[in-house]
Amino acid sequence: MTATGTYSPQPGAAPLARMIAAQAVLETKMLLRNGEQLLLTVIIPTLLLVLFSTVDVVDTGDGAAVDFLAPGILALAVMSTAFTGQAIATGFERRYGVLKRLAASPLPRWGLMTAKTLSVLVTEVLQVVLLTVIALTLGWDPQGSALAVIALLALGTAAFSGLGLLMAGTLKAEATLAAANLVFLLLLVGGGVVVPLDKFPEAAQDVLGLLPIAALSEGLRDVLQHGAGMPWAGLGILTAWAVAGLAAAGAFFRWE
Amino acid sequence: MRSEPVVQVQVLVKRYGTKTAVDGLDLAARQGVTAVLGPNGAGKTTTVEICEGYRRPDSGTVRVLGLDPVRESAALRPRIGVMLQSGGVYAGARADEMLRHVAQLHARPLDVDALIERLGLGSCGRTSYRRLSGGQQQRLALAMAVVGRPELVFLDEPTAGLDPQARHATWDLVRDLRDDGVSVVLTTHYMDEAEQLADDVAIIDAGRVVAQGSPEELCRGGAENTLRFSGRPGLDVASLLKALPSDASAAEVTPGSYRVTGKVDPQLLATVTSWCAQHGVLPDRISVERHTLEDVFLELTGKELRS
Repeated sequence: MTATGTYSPQPGAAPLARMIAAQAVLETKMLLRNGEQLLLTVIIPTLLLVLFSTVDVVDTGDGAAVDFLAPGILALAVMSTAFTGQAIATGFERRYGVLKRLAASPLPRWGLMTAKTLSVLVTEVLQVVLLTVIALTLGWDPQGSALAVIALLALGTAAFSGLGLLMAGTLKAEATLAAANLVFLLLLVGGGVVVPLDKFPEAAQDVLGLLPIAALSEGLRDVLQHGAGMPWAGLGILTAWAVAGLAAAGAFFRWE
Repeated sequence: MRSEPVVQVQVLVKRYGTKTAVDGLDLAARQGVTAVLGPNGAGKTTTVEICEGYRRPDSGTVRVLGLDPVRESAALRPRIGVMLQSGGVYAGARADEMLRHVAQLHARPLDVDALIERLGLGSCGRTSYRRLSGGQQQRLALAMAVVGRPELVFLDEPTAGLDPQARHATWDLVRDLRDDGVSVVLTTHYMDEAEQLADDVAIIDAGRVVAQGSPEELCRGGAENTLRFSGRPGLDVASLLKALPSDASAAEVTPGSYRVTGKVDPQLLATVTSWCAQHGVLPDRISVERHTLEDVFLELTGKELRS
């Protein structure tokens, strides 16, 4: 036994901050490299924003269409990354043993989850910047406080992450893929993203209004289109979804 | 060399529903290479995954490097390397990218470029993991297990499905790890792999260790060895039997083909050849057959190793 051989043991974990940063960078790279993920997080929100702002497909009420659409599309961007994208990616990571293998690495499980959240936030920042620039060139005139917008986006991210991870950690990867896309489509149509909620029957409106996507898109619209203060009702609904979703994900998530 | 076991498993029990996967298993792995040998479904992977902290035992105690793999997981994980039976890599990641990532999770990792070259992963280039060949995926998983310079490496079927060349490359790396003081616990259902690599072999069947020892000990102890020779048909086997020690037996298996079983040592060989000389028999073929681990396994369990 040579003390200085190539492989002689020198075990040790990297500093926690370095591990989490490295994990977040890798997760973000994997997301940006994945064509289907980009379709969901970048291309669909961009197309919807441009199409519905420039072509009169839905009646978006008084004022410029883009002022109605931009908040909804921002909500959609959050949902596409925190819920749909995260659910599908995490589901397949679970299926292919990535989560299992990383669970045996020095990176703690909570560190992996922190990195996933950071990666979601980085992606959302890129989405918000891109969509904001496009909306502004389409004549968007945003109102309200940035703080209220950030609070909504943050709670929306927490709510959708909880639901996405719950799905990824309990269903088969293929089922997650199908269900996450279906939910994305249903919530896109029925969550006040591009179709105003008041187009639906009154009884349906009350139920739809409780959906996390509706709370987020309507909350953003109240602030950005109508200049409202803190949209407490929407924040309350999102908090309830976040607590329930994250608690359920924490309880039922299976790593393999 | 340290003498305390790197892995100590005592009366381990693990059930999945009504199926008992591990049934009172005792195992002690010391520094060096320990092979856990057994057929599919014997409980090898379950045992190793309990040692890696993936599963909680239903009963029994497990200590890895003196630590409880579940309760003291945070202290243990940086000190061990893990190669899963399959997967463990992002479908869209390149081999070098994933290996560099795992290296970054460790304080003093190996030189990633050297490891890539050593395992022939340089040719993977920009190919994503899902498009690598099975052998390349296996070698990447092996590289990921060793890159953090662990004290102890768990390899779950490291050469299953590899071509002979890749198998030998894996064996060479395991030998180098051992020579540099890294302990290795590997599962396998290839008895030649256990014979080639292991200082110590634990033969496991139906969730229990049925024998443990060095390959030489296992082949010597318990199993009887065999001597065969050919001569003219119809020799007087009874008289040969009289010349042999009382625990040996002799038979004419097919006309002209004779088999002596028992403790085959130089003395026994001399007894047989002098009996031949006395009876004017010139054996035209005489051979001593050493028992392999496969024979040992067959005798202990009544099962073929590879079904």
